[in-house]
Amino acid sequence: MPKRVETIVLHDTSTPVLGDTQKGGNIVLTSAETLINQARANSLWPLTFGLACCAIEMMSSAGSRFDLSRFGSEAFRATPRQADVMIIAGRVSKKMAPVLRQIYDQMPEPKWVISMGACASSGGVYNNYAIVQGADQVVPVDVYVPGCPPSPDALIYGILKLQEKIKRGRSKSFKDLKLIEVNARTLETVEA
Amino acid sequence: MDLLKSVVKPMLAGLGITRERLKRDKITFMYPEEVREQHPRTRWRHVLTRYESGLERCIGCSLCAGACPARCIYVQADENTDDARFSPGERYAVRYEINMLRCIFCGYCQEACPTGAIVLRKDFELANYHREQFVYTKEMLLEPMPIQK
Repeated sequence: MPKRVETIVLHDTSTPVLGDTQKGGNIVLTSAETLINQARANSLWPLTFGLACCAIEMMSSAGSRFDLSRFGSEAFRATPRQADVMIIAGRVSKKMAPVLRQIYDQMPEPKWVISMGACASSGGVYNNYAIVQGADQVVPVDVYVPGCPPSPDALIYGILKLQEKIKRGRSKSFKDLKLIEVNARTLETVEA
Repeated sequence: MDLLKSVVKPMLAGLGITRERLKRDKITFMYPEEVREQHPRTRWRHVLTRYESGLERCIGCSLCAGACPARCIYVQADENTDDARFSPGERYAVRYEINMLRCIFCGYCQEACPTGAIVLRKDFELANYHREQFVYTKEMLLEPMPIQK
């Protein structure tokens, strides 16, 4: 039986990339990872984080005219424990920033963040003392959707962008690999 | 019999509503496959237009930057010379940058522009991964050269 260490190597740049199936130099579990990424990308449950007017467009995108459920994202969750992607819709005030961070921390891994609209992404017109100049100062943002507010199709485009990112993503952290690893080990044992 | 009246009948009545709705047209836009027609006055991505001769309309006057409520436009102007002529006027824009994340697509720049250089078109697919990618430079905003006849 070959040593399992080889299957754990996160990314080896000297390994030729054979296409989508080979990701991160992982030999045994590549297909599994692709499959898991597909599953994750196609059932993104958003967290309702409507802070201002952008939330109206966010709700509208879940409505029948644009129908977000075509992409598996119709289940808007009001609890961070059941959500995969946080759509920050609206301006983040400085008072709201710690709440935003706490709710982000309460979401289970893997988690993603979409910053929707000008205010959440950069502050927009509100370049003043009260508004955080971009939600990326508080949480790591994966996709920025400009617009004031972005129309539902623009938001759906952002969600599709995020799906693309997830589908071609590889496990970035060791924590991520543990989900599909049989005998979970620490990083030190792999390096040794 | 009671059960029939209290359970089955209302259920069938409810399904009847569903059946009625099935006759209606579908209102969902199948977005990535078919893009819906935007409303006539929709304002999205900016474009710097050209005259038919290929010269830029923008004269670098910075009125758009002054009108912008979000202060997201940066214009740096320079003088046209006979060797390097970009616009028909005296001056042209060397640098023209718009921060798309700040922009609120209000269209005030379009209204302020004396030559009609900057217009807001209907391309809404602007989402991206990094904040640096949203500073649109003049090269990105400028219309391609018209085909010379």
